[in-house]
Amino acid sequence: MALTKEQIAQRIAKELRDGYYVNLGIGIPTLVANYIPPGIEVVLQSENGLLGMGPFPFEGDEDPDLINAGKQTVTTVPGSVFFDSAMSFGMIRAGKVDLTVLGAMEVSEEGDIASWKIPGKLVKGMGGAMDLVASARNIIVAMMHTNTKGESKLLQKCSLPLTGVRCIKKIVTDIAVLEVTNGGFKLLERAPGVSIKEIISKTTGRLRVEGEIPEMKF
Amino acid sequence: MNKVVQNADEAIKDIQDGAVLMLGGFGLCGIPENCITALVKKEVKNLTCISNNAGVDDFGIGLLLQKRQLKKMIASYVGENSEFERQLLSGELEVELIPQGTLATRCLAAGYGFPVFYTPAGVGTEVAQGKEVRNFNGKDYLMEYAFDADFSIVKAWMGDTHGNLIFKETARNFNPLVAMAGRITIAEVEKLFPAGQLDPNIIHTPGIYVHRIFQGSNYEKRIEQRTVRKRK
Repeated sequence: MALTKEQIAQRIAKELRDGYYVNLGIGIPTLVANYIPPGIEVVLQSENGLLGMGPFPFEGDEDPDLINAGKQTVTTVPGSVFFDSAMSFGMIRAGKVDLTVLGAMEVSEEGDIASWKIPGKLVKGMGGAMDLVASARNIIVAMMHTNTKGESKLLQKCSLPLTGVRCIKKIVTDIAVLEVTNGGFKLLERAPGVSIKEIISKTTGRLRVEGEIPEMKF
Repeated sequence: MNKVVQNADEAIKDIQDGAVLMLGGFGLCGIPENCITALVKKEVKNLTCISNNAGVDDFGIGLLLQKRQLKKMIASYVGENSEFERQLLSGELEVELIPQGTLATRCLAAGYGFPVFYTPAGVGTEVAQGKEVRNFNGKDYLMEYAFDADFSIVKAWMGDTHGNLIFKETARNFNPLVAMAGRITIAEVEKLFPAGQLDPNIIHTPGIYVHRIFQGSNYEKRIEQRTVRKRK
C-alpha cells in the first residue's frame, strides 16, 4: 500500500535526532512536526525569522505579528527567538540548520531539484527554496513518487527549470525511501506491501536495487 | 535631531513618479500600511517596488497594483494576488523574481556598504543567467549586487524621535534590512517615544539609518492565513 501524506511525514520524522535545528517546507514537510518522536527535542526554524516555532494558536489567540514562512499564524515555545531575514538565511547558508525537508516537482538521479516553476503556467516565485537547497547540508525531499498524470518524478534529468543542482541526498515518497548516489537513485526501503517491481516501473531515472530491500517501519 | 513628521502624507511628500522604493514586510506581516495608503492617495506612478511579496488584491502592495502605480516589482514570491497575475500576463508590469535570502542580503549589503557579495543560491539555475560565477573552496557562488533604492519604507513596533526602531516578533522580517538600504528611510511606528525612553540595549535599528519617523494610525494588521487549533 502506498503511504498517505501523513505516513510520509511520519517516516521522515524518524530521521530527526535530539538537538536538531530543522526547517520544514510547505505541504507534506509541515506535517513532520506532528510526528516528532518522544524524548527527542528539535527546534523548528521558519525562514521569515523564527527559531522555535510552536503549534497553531488556540482560537482567539491569533497574533498577526507572529506567522510562519507559509504566512500561517503560529506560536512560540520556551526558548524561541526572532531575527531578521538576512540572519535567517545566514544561518541556513552557514550550515547551522541540521535538516531541511522540502517538497519537489522533480528530482534527478544526480540530485538536481525542480520545484518552483512550470513553463507556461503562472510563476509565483522561488521564495527561499533556492537559498535552502544551495546551502543546506542535509536535505530530504518529501513528495509523491509520480505526478497527477502518473509520470515518474524521479528522472535522469529534470525537465522543469531547476531550483538547485546536485543538492538532494535523500527522498521519501509514498512508495519508497531512496538515496542519491553516484550511480543514481539507490533504493533503501519500500512502503509496506509495495513491490520492487512497482518501484522500478515508477522510476524513470537510474535505480540501484541491491540486496534485500526492507519495508519501512514507523 | 528631531526626525518626526506629522503623518504618512508628509513622510512621502517628495516621492515622485518613477521612484525606486523598498518596502519591509513578509506577506502582510509588518508592512507599512499608512505609507502604502498615502502612496495610493498621492497617485505617484511608474514606481519600482522592491519587497519580498506583492500583497493581496485589496491590501498591502496590492493597493498600488489596483491603481496601476507600479512599473516593476522585484520580489521572491508573489503568490496571492490575482491583479498582479493579470498585469504580469498582459505585460503591464515587469517582474523580477529573486531568491529570498538573496533579496535580504542585497538589502544588508547596501546598509553595510558592500557593493557585492557571493551566494550559492541560484547556481546552475536561470537565476544565474548573466551573473559572474566564482568558485571558493570547491563550491560555486553567484555575484549579487547591493540594492540601490531612492526610498526605504518600513514599519516598526516602537520608535523614538531619533529614529531608533524596535520590531515585534516576526513582523521584524525584512524591515531592519530595508531600513538600512535606502537613500532616504521612512519609518512608521505603532508607538513613538521621546528619545531616551527606549532601552538602548534592545534597539534593533539604530536611528542613523532612519530619516523620517511618525506614529501611524488605524493599523488593520490583516492575517493572510488564519490557522488555529481547538481548545481541549
